[in-house]
Amino acid sequence: MSHAERPLTAMIDPVAGPPDCAAYERAGGWQATRTALRTLAPAEVVDIVTRSRLRGRGGAGFGTGQKWSFVPREPASERCKYLIANADEMEPGTFKDRWLMEGNPLQLVEGMLLAAYAIQAGHGIIFLRGEYHLARTRLHDAIAQARHGGWLGQDILGSGFSFDIHVHVSAGRYICGEETALLTALEGRRATPRSKPPFPQTGGLWGAPSVVNNVETLSNLPHIIANGPEWFAGLGIGPDGGTKIYGVSGRVRRPGAWELPIGTPLREIIEEHAGGMQPGYGLRALLPGGASTAFVDDTALDMAMDYASVEKAGSRLGTGMAIILDDRTCPVGMLRNLEHFFAQESCGWCTPCRDGLPWVERLLDAIEAGTGMAEDIDQLDRHARMLGTPGHTFCAHAPGAMAPLASGLKLFARDFADHIAGRGCPLRHAA
Amino acid sequence: MTTIRIDGREWPTRPGINLLQACLEAGANLPYFCWHPELGSVGACRQCAVRQFSGPDDRTGRLVMACMTPVSDGAIIAIEDAQARAFREGVIEWMMVNHPHDCPVCEEGGECHLQDMTVMTGHNQRRYRFTKRTHRNQDLGPFVKHEMNRCIACYRCVRFYRDYAGGDDLAAFASHDSVYFGRAEDGALQNAFSGNLVEICPTGVFTDKPFSAVYTRKWDLRGAPSVCVHCAVGCNIIVNAREESVRRVVNRYNAAVNRYMLCDRGRFGHGFVNADSRIRMPMRSIDGHPAPVPTRDAVTQFARMAADGPVVGIASPRASMETCFSLRALVGEARFSTGQTQVEQACGQLACTLLRQHPGVIPSLHEMESADGVLVLGEDVCATAPRLGLSLRQSVRQPTFSMADAAKVPRWMDAAVRTIGCDAPSGLFILTPAPTDLDPVAAQCFRAVPDNIARIGFAIAHRIDPSTPAVTDLTDEQVRLVEHVAATLLAAKKPLVVSGMQYGSPALMRAAAAIASALARTIPASGLSLVLPECNSMGLALLGGAYA
Repeated sequence: MSHAERPLTAMIDPVAGPPDCAAYERAGGWQATRTALRTLAPAEVVDIVTRSRLRGRGGAGFGTGQKWSFVPREPASERCKYLIANADEMEPGTFKDRWLMEGNPLQLVEGMLLAAYAIQAGHGIIFLRGEYHLARTRLHDAIAQARHGGWLGQDILGSGFSFDIHVHVSAGRYICGEETALLTALEGRRATPRSKPPFPQTGGLWGAPSVVNNVETLSNLPHIIANGPEWFAGLGIGPDGGTKIYGVSGRVRRPGAWELPIGTPLREIIEEHAGGMQPGYGLRALLPGGASTAFVDDTALDMAMDYASVEKAGSRLGTGMAIILDDRTCPVGMLRNLEHFFAQESCGWCTPCRDGLPWVERLLDAIEAGTGMAEDIDQLDRHARMLGTPGHTFCAHAPGAMAPLASGLKLFARDFADHIAGRGCPLRHAA
Repeated sequence: MTTIRIDGREWPTRPGINLLQACLEAGANLPYFCWHPELGSVGACRQCAVRQFSGPDDRTGRLVMACMTPVSDGAIIAIEDAQARAFREGVIEWMMVNHPHDCPVCEEGGECHLQDMTVMTGHNQRRYRFTKRTHRNQDLGPFVKHEMNRCIACYRCVRFYRDYAGGDDLAAFASHDSVYFGRAEDGALQNAFSGNLVEICPTGVFTDKPFSAVYTRKWDLRGAPSVCVHCAVGCNIIVNAREESVRRVVNRYNAAVNRYMLCDRGRFGHGFVNADSRIRMPMRSIDGHPAPVPTRDAVTQFARMAADGPVVGIASPRASMETCFSLRALVGEARFSTGQTQVEQACGQLACTLLRQHPGVIPSLHEMESADGVLVLGEDVCATAPRLGLSLRQSVRQPTFSMADAAKVPRWMDAAVRTIGCDAPSGLFILTPAPTDLDPVAAQCFRAVPDNIARIGFAIAHRIDPSTPAVTDLTDEQVRLVEHVAATLLAAKKPLVVSGMQYGSPALMRAAAAIASALARTIPASGLSLVLPECNSMGLALLGGAYA
């Protein structure tokens, strides 16, 4: 495996397409599998990943090794367990997992194999967003090749460990990205989240021990095992280990995604890699990690994009894919668009989210359309508190929806006041 | 002794329950919707929010849902906390965003859980000024009316209908604020317990359709406690009437028998009370046609008949003990008929004898729910004793409850318990001539004619107690079945054998009793239940008399 500073994307070639099994192996693939299955006990793999300081890349940032440590230790031959890749990428502004699955699907397959070996799960499932048609085809091909090469199936490398992967294509709701709703959807039931305990690691898919990891998280595993946890930890700047795929969308010169050391400053991502704002546009604010993170403004540009630093700045790293609000786009309109998404994607299980988010959306509709009233701000504030406090709703969907709203009501207080006083959107009138 | 502190005051409570139950038992006004004593907690509605403090020094605390929080000794909670009250009022306000202000025309009004909870939280000002979402209603058949705009999405209906009662034609559809509870297409609800939706739904989404036709407000109804007459189980009911006409039947809680549920026959089968064809006066056959006779004349004519010659009295297993006893006293034992066939008479008396002789336990319906190995021998209980069938359906959850106990998940934490136990084996065996509604939850079903089922039954008894007569000439399949059933029943802590008179087979009941006796030798809690056909079949068996 190459010691390149950008291990996740080193083999991705947009022209040539994803590496096949032979090309993957030539570039260093499967070396980690040999190391793990031949020389390491499952518990050692867990320890290595813990020491690498890899944290979940799906948005929650939970320590990966720590998550695995709760799984009961029986070998796969004695107990049915599941290793599930959360490929239901639906956070607005996020397209990193798509890039990884389309660009190097065998990397994900190997990552799943290593994770499964660590927790001794004999069954792997990729829960794939239904709209990712190209990823589906490429994953199917990759899995077929891996089976053909003996990397999936019975008694891999003569180790006694058997593992295979099934691709489940989702019917398409955002809440399926929440790990317990994902498990329930796999069971063929309505995709509503579960209360914990039991935690998925002890009672997950059909009650069996299950681990759900994000695609990017899993894709790091072959590199961690092949090159060692200290190497991986050293790739990062600051407290977190490894690289991160960062992204920028909005009115920048080069919207896109890049693999960089985790902890790279936000300014570098926006100004160097995304090329800064397009001519005529200024940066007003941004959501650093997807739609369900709080707005930060230009005073936060020098923050390191690691979990702790972004939290200290009042937001979350989330998926690390930023959405930029420029100074010629109405923040109320942007918030309205976001809350429309969140209201529509509510699963409908708990009252505050199901009946509160549409109310928020309609208030924003009214404010943007010019029929807003001063009391509407109080209602929005009340919803931000009622829906945003952990424990009030059944899962984290509503708190995620309130993150941009609560921060937006503060940062854009003037815009809200102008909409209400001026009976409509000043930007639309200006245009 | 477990004690919790509610709003600064100490309350003794029971371990193992949740905080909502503890608060309700303490008499506190804590509103709720989705929790139900029979269905457990799921934490969906968010109505029962209270502030819980981690200790006496914790001044902040956090909001928790009482129904999802286990009672712990020393727990400190505040119901009357300002933020908790505001949140609970907010939950009602969110439900009211789309709720039609139907009270004046809604049949639930006056006995509406949503009304009660709304008043309890104090919400009374509408601040939402936008449009409400609306739904189209469905025709769900002759018993249950559908008005979906009133739905507050507590999910009780589908949890009861699907999880508890095993129905599959009522489901939750769509999502977010357009979630819809109904059928894939219009059509009568197929489950035999669909009528309970009327009481389980906390709003007026599901209401009693036959009652609609003769509707009156609850406060204008008179009620009498009664017992259902449609089968021998004896579910407790309340009959409601106004102006001397029966309007409806509702459930009356009985901890040992029916608790919160009735079957549809019992709930909606009161039409005979008001039927035009019901005999309301004495009738006499004149020129071959029945003609009504005033009661005083009838008594006089009857006295003349009795003076002229012998009179035979024909009772009925649907008549009360008082009626049957009076008739027998009037005509004399020699001329008293129970109104049953020879077979019915013999089976009824045999059932009575077998039950009296059973050395183990004769369980109540509620006790049957905790049987962990059940053999149904030759009786389709779903047809002859539906509420008993519903209890047997709950009994198959025993292995699930054991797994939940081992995982330290409380039994009332409904969704978690079902997740943990989704692969749990069933301990129910059904040996009947024809398929039954319980088949899908059985470990194994076996179809045979009643005589062969009886033979297999005796073989099971012999397998459990070799001192009982052996049965020869069983097929290999039957031998395996005998092994499987015997092993399951012997491994159970509370095994149960259920049989009855449906096929008029004394052999079936004897076989069932033999198995139950055999089990009782080593397992004192072994149960025997024999289903009789009519509400007073057992009474007549005790009374005795000639047959028709």
